[in-house]
Amino acid sequence: MNTVELTRDERAVRQTSGPVLGMVIFVASEAMFFATFFGAYFTIYSVNPVWPPAGFPRLEPGLATVLTVVLVASSVTLQVGVRAIRRDRTRAMLVWLGLTILLGAGFLGLQLYDYSLLGFGVRDGIFGSLFYVMTGLHMAHVFGGVVFLVLVLAQGLGGQLTHAHHDSMEAGSIYWHFVDLVWICLFITFYVVGLS
Amino acid sequence: MAIVEPRTTERAPEPQRHWLVEWLTTTDHKRIGILYLGNSFAFFFVAGLFALLMRTELAAPGRQLVTTNGYNQLFTLHGTLMIFLFILPVLVGFGNYLIPLQIGALDMAFPRINALSFWLLPVGGLTILSGLLARGGAAAAGWTSYAPVSEQGGAGQDLWIVGLVVVGTASILSGVNFIVTILRLRAPGMTMTRLPVFVWSMLATSLLMVLATPVLTAGLLMLFADRRLGAFFFNPTHGGDVLLWQHVFWFFGHPEVYMLILGAWGVVSEILPVFSGRPLFGYPGVILAFVLITALSFSVWAHHMFVTGQVEYPFFSATTELISIPTGVLFFNWLATLWRGRLRFEPPMLFALGFIALFLIGGVDGVWMASPSMDFAIHDTYWVVAHIHYVLFGGTVFGVMAASYYWFPKITGRLLSRKLGQWHFWLMFLGFNLTFFPMHELGLRGMPRRVADYLPDAGWSFLNQLATAGSFLIAVSLLVFLVNVVLTLRRPPDAPPDPWEGNTLEWATTSPPPVHNFDRLPEVRSNRPVRDGREQEVAR
Repeated sequence: MNTVELTRDERAVRQTSGPVLGMVIFVASEAMFFATFFGAYFTIYSVNPVWPPAGFPRLEPGLATVLTVVLVASSVTLQVGVRAIRRDRTRAMLVWLGLTILLGAGFLGLQLYDYSLLGFGVRDGIFGSLFYVMTGLHMAHVFGGVVFLVLVLAQGLGGQLTHAHHDSMEAGSIYWHFVDLVWICLFITFYVVGLS
Repeated sequence: MAIVEPRTTERAPEPQRHWLVEWLTTTDHKRIGILYLGNSFAFFFVAGLFALLMRTELAAPGRQLVTTNGYNQLFTLHGTLMIFLFILPVLVGFGNYLIPLQIGALDMAFPRINALSFWLLPVGGLTILSGLLARGGAAAAGWTSYAPVSEQGGAGQDLWIVGLVVVGTASILSGVNFIVTILRLRAPGMTMTRLPVFVWSMLATSLLMVLATPVLTAGLLMLFADRRLGAFFFNPTHGGDVLLWQHVFWFFGHPEVYMLILGAWGVVSEILPVFSGRPLFGYPGVILAFVLITALSFSVWAHHMFVTGQVEYPFFSATTELISIPTGVLFFNWLATLWRGRLRFEPPMLFALGFIALFLIGGVDGVWMASPSMDFAIHDTYWVVAHIHYVLFGGTVFGVMAASYYWFPKITGRLLSRKLGQWHFWLMFLGFNLTFFPMHELGLRGMPRRVADYLPDAGWSFLNQLATAGSFLIAVSLLVFLVNVVLTLRRPPDAPPDPWEGNTLEWATTSPPPVHNFDRLPEVRSNRPVRDGREQEVAR
């Protein structure tokens, strides 16, 4: 190996941030976790002749569309916050981050409200099992994300985040976008595909 | 007049705390590594005890010791603890201790997450074991816990699920930690193509831990939802799919067996070159084999499910045959490394050679079973028990023992007794073959696995007696190992930094290493930096 290759190798090593790389790998793991549930969903979907099975209503996408808009909007606000801290505009970042947290909390509240409107439960058949376990685990992830972002906000309020040092914000945003993406997959699976 | 050792002076500036507090709160990768090893060997002895109880029960027809349900609990706990609380964590423990040393780093990338992923292990393990106190006893559905059996049973089964979710989380976290450490914290000059083979093997293991473990976690949560929330994932009466569990479990389970063996391959690939005085033959080939096996391991899962009649035979048979090709490549690399070498039969080398012989048998067994028609005949018989033990005991455990003798002086500053090591090896080699070789024949004669009893006129009695005798020989060999460790630890430390003339960076520092690992890091110009250093000394 010559000097050029050596330098390239070492530069690649030093230019990645540990927490960001760690979060990317962790998100890959989470992707396998949710992929398993989607695999289970479509396996069961394919062995059942009628879908949704008898006794289950076709899900109305109205409120779920609002949920989708809220979560996608929260991804946008978070990314604007990330861009702000990259330019060292800490105050702007705090505002956008706070807004993201509010949207996340709003998503959780709205989804619980949505649950209360549905006329079926987890014990009413396989469709109920899949729906509540998959969306419930996603909700747990949104909750975890909100907690993470609140901790980042606390760091920011304590003046610990600068444009040179904000790995927690970058890592948090990667996680948050992933959770958003999972919701979009859930929305398509349960509300859009179910419509036809 | 006081003789001050350099090691003790380096430790002095640390604030004085009780040793127990030090160990409970440590984030030093070396101490966490030692905790991993201690914890893993503790579970190894517990799970080994369960195996002895089973072998005693099977020594003769009729029931001697345990009820049938008790027997079910024994094999469930034996398998679960051996796989999740011994084999994987012991490899991760060596990884914890050695990866930062071998790549020339100060510590792991995330020391506190490292401590967390260790402490989750005893918590998860004890949760599983605590099922013994529950009404109806511990989990009894086997380590694979197939539905619908696993949908029944008492709190023991729930504790098993919760414990495994905890252990799985530990494994995902340490996988993330290893990958980031290996990618980011390498010393100057330590490029990916100069990475020690053991580090490569642990990188592949980590990738599998990160990508396959969450699949098990998902399956366990489905099972838990079925059992406790009234869901129907594996219940066909309400639209679920009973085979789904097998698919999910083995989609995790087959990468899992490679998690259990890759690290041992790495260990053996480190030890053979050192004790034959030759470089590892075909280093890039070994790495490529690791990578191919890691990738292919995700495509073979349904070969565990041939008898369900619900899987695509040609595909899963072909991928299984395919994965044996890079595995075969490894054997040629090892043999070519030994070829014309000057072999030193120290205990680590004995275990590494034993590994090659026994893992070969286990591997060939596996190729046989890749054929569906063959599999129909031997599925769920003792043949499978023989195969899994030749791979995981003859393979990984012999590799782990090789690693223990090889790195013991680095970790403790003391060399284990050579004589006792030889006794350990020969007793274990003999006991192992006596226990598990007859199981092939028992399987071919139709003896099913997971039964507590058999008929006197089935023609299985003599082979079972042999297996039971062998299992006690293994126990004796492990006592020899234990005695060796205890006696050695009572001696004052005397091991030089590099007792074996090693190749990799851990031999460039003191035994045991200082808290900061290296006082001076040698220049890395190849994948054998310490050997390069020795040759320069000689040249001067």
